[in-house]
Amino acid sequence: MGCGTSSATEDKKSEKALKAALVIQNWYRGYRARLKTRQRYALTIFQSIEYADEQGQLQLSKFFSFMLENYTRVQEKEPGLVTRLFGSSIQDKDRQDYLGLLEVPDSYCGPRLQFPLTFTDIDLLIEAFKQQQILHAYYVLEVLFETKRVLQQMPNFTHTRTSPSKEITICGDLHGKLDDLFLIFYKNGLPSASNPYVFNGDFVDRGKNSMEILMILFVSFLVYPNDLHLNRGNHEDFMMNMRYGFTKEILHKYKMRSVLMPPIPMDGDCAEKKNKLGTTSLLGIRTSGSFSEQLTKQEWEQVVDILWSDPRGKRGCYPNTNRGGGCYFGPDVTAKILNKYHLKMLVRSHECKPDGYEICHDGKVITIFSASNYYEEGSNRGAYIRMSYGTTPRFFQYQITRATCFRPLYQRVNAIESSAIRMLKERMISRKTDLTRAFQLQDRNKSGKLSMGQWAFSMENVLGLNLPWRSLSSHLVTTDKDGNIDYMSGFQDVHIQKPVKEVQSTLIETVYRYRSDLQIIFNIIDSDHSGLISMEEFRCMWKLFKSHYSVHIDDSQFDELAERMDLNKDGSIDFNEFLKAFYVVHKFDKLNKSDNKLA
Amino acid sequence: MADDRDRDGTEVAVAEFHKKIKEAFEVFDHESNSTVDVREVGTIIRSLGCCPSEGELHDLIAEVEEEEPTGYIRFEKFLPVMTEVLLERRYRPIPEDILLRAFEVLDPAKRGFLTKGELIKYMTEEGEPFSQEEMEEMLSAAIDPETNSINYKDYITMMVIDEN
Repeated sequence: MGCGTSSATEDKKSEKALKAALVIQNWYRGYRARLKTRQRYALTIFQSIEYADEQGQLQLSKFFSFMLENYTRVQEKEPGLVTRLFGSSIQDKDRQDYLGLLEVPDSYCGPRLQFPLTFTDIDLLIEAFKQQQILHAYYVLEVLFETKRVLQQMPNFTHTRTSPSKEITICGDLHGKLDDLFLIFYKNGLPSASNPYVFNGDFVDRGKNSMEILMILFVSFLVYPNDLHLNRGNHEDFMMNMRYGFTKEILHKYKMRSVLMPPIPMDGDCAEKKNKLGTTSLLGIRTSGSFSEQLTKQEWEQVVDILWSDPRGKRGCYPNTNRGGGCYFGPDVTAKILNKYHLKMLVRSHECKPDGYEICHDGKVITIFSASNYYEEGSNRGAYIRMSYGTTPRFFQYQITRATCFRPLYQRVNAIESSAIRMLKERMISRKTDLTRAFQLQDRNKSGKLSMGQWAFSMENVLGLNLPWRSLSSHLVTTDKDGNIDYMSGFQDVHIQKPVKEVQSTLIETVYRYRSDLQIIFNIIDSDHSGLISMEEFRCMWKLFKSHYSVHIDDSQFDELAERMDLNKDGSIDFNEFLKAFYVVHKFDKLNKSDNKLA
Repeated sequence: MADDRDRDGTEVAVAEFHKKIKEAFEVFDHESNSTVDVREVGTIIRSLGCCPSEGELHDLIAEVEEEEPTGYIRFEKFLPVMTEVLLERRYRPIPEDILLRAFEVLDPAKRGFLTKGELIKYMTEEGEPFSQEEMEEMLSAAIDPETNSINYKDYITMMVIDEN
């Protein structure tokens, strides 16, 4: 193949090529690893904030308990308010009371269900929802009443038989993501007597098709009550729904002026009939364990423990501080319980996993999560399990992608990273006063700078978020060449829009911080869903809220704010307008995405 | 610059390294029990700014694994090894110009680009070959679908901007 010299050159050339390839591969692997890490950091941010919000949610529940306990004192000051909130418990209304008020007009071209339901109705619904049709409230109610009736006859525990020829499929959280459910049915087949399913809770909230998912699941359940099993998740709770979007979805989809609906079940005065949609009535029917049914305190705590707990590597059982409710349980606890009841494994959901599932506790605990892209496009896969007696569980993963999403990895990572950092900055700005105070306490020389360690410590302490602060610092603050942090730089390109100039920042920050909670409270008070509550109720609510949440703001300031915002309409305040006025402005936003997302 | 500061600052530097390493480790510690899956160790090490080759990584893993490999790496073993790596500034990343020259070696005709086929051939047949996943990911970002080639100068510039 040529003389000695040329083969030596060949060798040298290929050696150079080898070295060049090594350089490129080495560099690429480093780059790819850093991308994956950034993706993981973004997920950690989303998750931390989600759990912190859940804490807020549990705190809100406690607030209502607090009000219940202080009933008499509140009653003296604001009689009307308390009756509105706690009136008599839900009147178990007759099906006919509701259905008699509704009619499906001839002009309705959405799906029409026929009772008793059959598999044709499942197909019908799926096809209709694929065309983005909305199921008429009449059918919704029929399904809800029927489901409630059947569920109430069933025990708390369901036993089911499987075999290698009749495997069961287990799905986790869906959170209103209809595309994921369609994908599962497409890959795995529709539910039937030979294709049983378990849906492990959290069907609703966050995604935009909670209602459709619920309807498909309930109708399937009614058709195959012994083969489609529904378990409750922590989002099957009307207060969670008010914060996390299901209530909003219903209000949006079912805003039919011509529909007559009785007011919310919590309102004892059912003789009143108003021309608005009583949304909680839809929810109150199917929830149990909230204000609708009288659970003892101990029973409620057990429910919280079941629905909120997470497995961890540490042995024993200790409070779930991230979420503020339930506990963390270790592999020893799992082993003990499984042994005691002769069980092989625990399949649970409730935690978003990047790959859609995760196995822990020596293979005894499986977490299954079926909502892909839960936090953000590209954040995680969804998965489901097929299993039967005598076989090992098989996992099937997927990720819903839209056309734009066949993007290279770095673009997807950039997208979720910016989204996560944005959320984090909004958290920071909502605690600006507290953070600044914490920083200044450590800054003895008043230099405006802190070491990385000092900054990270304050951030973690004040925000209560367990995050990799050192790694995230480059996105949040500016660092000088000595590695010291200019701590106020974190607030530079964000601020909360001040609805009124003269009001103090602390008040603005506080209202912004608690805006979701306030919205929920107001919505509950506003039993006729007019969007208005009286000025008196508004003030009283604020006072109670203040004392429970230990917020130190002068009442007069709050009054002044309300007055100046001039949202007073004949002695009533439009609270949606009020809360909408508090949003964060990001300096470098091209489209001014105002933070109006209240649950 | 180097020596004086290094002597005084070493303790502080070590403490900060420890915290950095801990943060990077914890992000992959799913069960919060101070262990990570051995398959993620490479990602953790690289996320801390180091660029070991696959061979070097293999050796590092051997150092931090248990005597009877369990598939998990414990933080107690990982921390001291990683701290040494950072203190000694081992496995420094490739500077941009060296990377550019590497591409130029593979493009002797100096066209300014490599075809998709050429890139695949070099990356999957030479050196420490890419897995299919790695190859696909690189292609999706690097290849211009119209020309089916990679303009490596632009590509490098883009990646460098993205990282900073």
